[in-house]
Amino acid sequence: MLATSPAFKENATQALANAGLQKALTRTRPQHPAKRAAAVAALPEFEQLRDIGRDIKNHTIAHLDFYLETWAGNVERAGGKVHWCSTADDARAAVLEICNRVNAKTVTKGKSMISEELGINEHLEQHGITPVETDLGEYILQLRHEPPSHIIGPAFHLNREDWEESFRKAHTDLPADRVFHERRDIMSEARNELRAKFLAADVGITGANFLIAETGSSVIVTNEGNGDLTQTLPRVHIVLASIEKMVPTLEDATSLLRLLARSATGQDFSVYTTFSTGIRRPGDLDGPEEYHVVLVDNGRSAMVGTEFQDMLRCIRCSACMNHCPVYFSVGGHSYGWVYPGPMGAVLTPSLIGIDKAGHLPNASTFCGKCESVCPVKIPLPMLMRHWREREFERHLTPKAVRSNLALWAWFARRPGLYRVATRAAAAMLGWMGRRKGRFHSLPLAGGWTDGRDLPAPEGDTFFARYAREQRAGRV
Amino acid sequence: MSKDAILGEIRRGLKRGPLPEDQAMALRARLAAHPRHLIPARSRVPRPEQLALFVRNVEKEYGTVAHVAGLADVPAAIADYLAAQNLPTDFAMAPHPELQALPWHLRPMLQMRVGRAQPTDLVSVQHGYAAVAETGTLVLPAAPERPTTLNLLSDTAIVVLRASRVVGAYEEAWDLLRAERNDPVSNGFMPRNVMLVTGPSRSADIESTLELGAHGPRRLHVVLVDDDPAAS
Repeated sequence: MLATSPAFKENATQALANAGLQKALTRTRPQHPAKRAAAVAALPEFEQLRDIGRDIKNHTIAHLDFYLETWAGNVERAGGKVHWCSTADDARAAVLEICNRVNAKTVTKGKSMISEELGINEHLEQHGITPVETDLGEYILQLRHEPPSHIIGPAFHLNREDWEESFRKAHTDLPADRVFHERRDIMSEARNELRAKFLAADVGITGANFLIAETGSSVIVTNEGNGDLTQTLPRVHIVLASIEKMVPTLEDATSLLRLLARSATGQDFSVYTTFSTGIRRPGDLDGPEEYHVVLVDNGRSAMVGTEFQDMLRCIRCSACMNHCPVYFSVGGHSYGWVYPGPMGAVLTPSLIGIDKAGHLPNASTFCGKCESVCPVKIPLPMLMRHWREREFERHLTPKAVRSNLALWAWFARRPGLYRVATRAAAAMLGWMGRRKGRFHSLPLAGGWTDGRDLPAPEGDTFFARYAREQRAGRV
Repeated sequence: MSKDAILGEIRRGLKRGPLPEDQAMALRARLAAHPRHLIPARSRVPRPEQLALFVRNVEKEYGTVAHVAGLADVPAAIADYLAAQNLPTDFAMAPHPELQALPWHLRPMLQMRVGRAQPTDLVSVQHGYAAVAETGTLVLPAAPERPTTLNLLSDTAIVVLRASRVVGAYEEAWDLLRAERNDPVSNGFMPRNVMLVTGPSRSADIESTLELGAHGPRRLHVVLVDDDPAAS
């Protein structure tokens, strides 16, 4: 997928002015925190489970080489095949090679962020194979030629009128004057259209939420059932999975599954949690005859042993973006690549480079909400700060920012002067803003005041106030 | 070789070579012992409450449950359910001996086709291997007598489940599989596919609003056979 992350600021400006997107953001924003909070409240052990989830993932990463090899051995024992792929090119080639060998014409697909990362659809199309996205959200995005804007609700940024318009345009064999009375009618139409495609497909491609070393299984978690139809009906099942999906045992996967749905959608458990292990067994009446796992690295192994290793714990629940004030202001497309929100702000620079993705870790107020809801306790603000440091070290930070930071640092290293200057500034701003208590505009601060008012200081600095309170014996 | 490159890069990051044999042995022991982590207290309750928890959770997730006193009552329960929902009386049924042995002749109006599901099937009857009370989740391992398509293709999925097969937590269901199943291909215990099913299919992709019946069944109905003496 082509990254537009370097244009984050322009993307965000457009997003803020996009009425349809803002309508969708406003509609969705309050839902996620409320649903997650209710699910967490109903499970008193949730906080303990977060520690357990973190520890399972840390244990796995510390022995990732061992578990990958053990898992691969078990996949092969169950009649499956593992394709080790260092790069996106390797993975695309592996998928195409399988599809070509079985003369695939159409390929159905379950929702997979790795697939987006690798650009599988474009690659298949270039080689004359038709990919069909079957997740409802991914399906409409494919019709509209748009990337997903959220890792589990890929099309939440669309409104009902967008769905109706796209379906009328795409499903031309249906009466043009049909009426969509309810959302259910839209969904039923997609269900009918896709049924035929499920049955016709030669290959089904899914992602994986987990890989299990003990059994050689891959796990998918869905609510629609499309992933299961994708991997059950065609003759060949290809799993796209990145190396950090690994967990040792079914028990380890089970503990993480207790965290996943609650963190993601506020469900206790997703509707379909499916463990796939190898090929159709003798006597089975359905299921694929070939089972392939395209195991993708694409930059992840290089994160092991760095300050970004914690990011490999991520189970892609989306809780961080669901609780992020920045994400819910600018939407997912602004981030310009596959993974938006706080987890994307940390992962994207690792995978496509800080030179391209430098804006993302800067697009945070460090409010800390993401870390507080992360089911595996990834210190997302700290990792974003690491990226800011790397960006600064590599002189990628814009000149104006660097010179302002240098000016601030000059003052900050001279505490006496710093206090005098801030006291004077606070007093002057406080006097200037004494009537309204805020500023609609200020010279040199347009970047702030264009979007919101700057509250006027109350005439005092923090230091002065702290000293006063201390003298009064209150602190 | 991508495999060597990936493993090599991981080991470089971990600042070591291949795992020393004593550590590998410890990890193999962990895999063999597959220790359980914390199991939530909600399912650690006396048997009658555990079953009630299962039923409550199925209903919470928009499924329905009918209780019957014995296996002999299953055909009547299915016939009544289909009639009440105004559904056709023909269905696809899993070729499981337990289902095939039911006294279907008591309800001659019911017509079944034994085998996997076909795309045109409106109703399917599946054999429930086990279920998990913790979240009202059905455990459906693939087998010749339990085809996966019966969980997916029909509009209305009916699952016949013996109450004695309802366990508290997922971990107990894994142990049932470990104890009861021997896989002919891998020599392990995992079948090709295990589906954990919690309620009927759904999606919230359109305007973040939940709708039932996305690609899988729109209705999920459990016929629960009260065969567990400890449950009452």
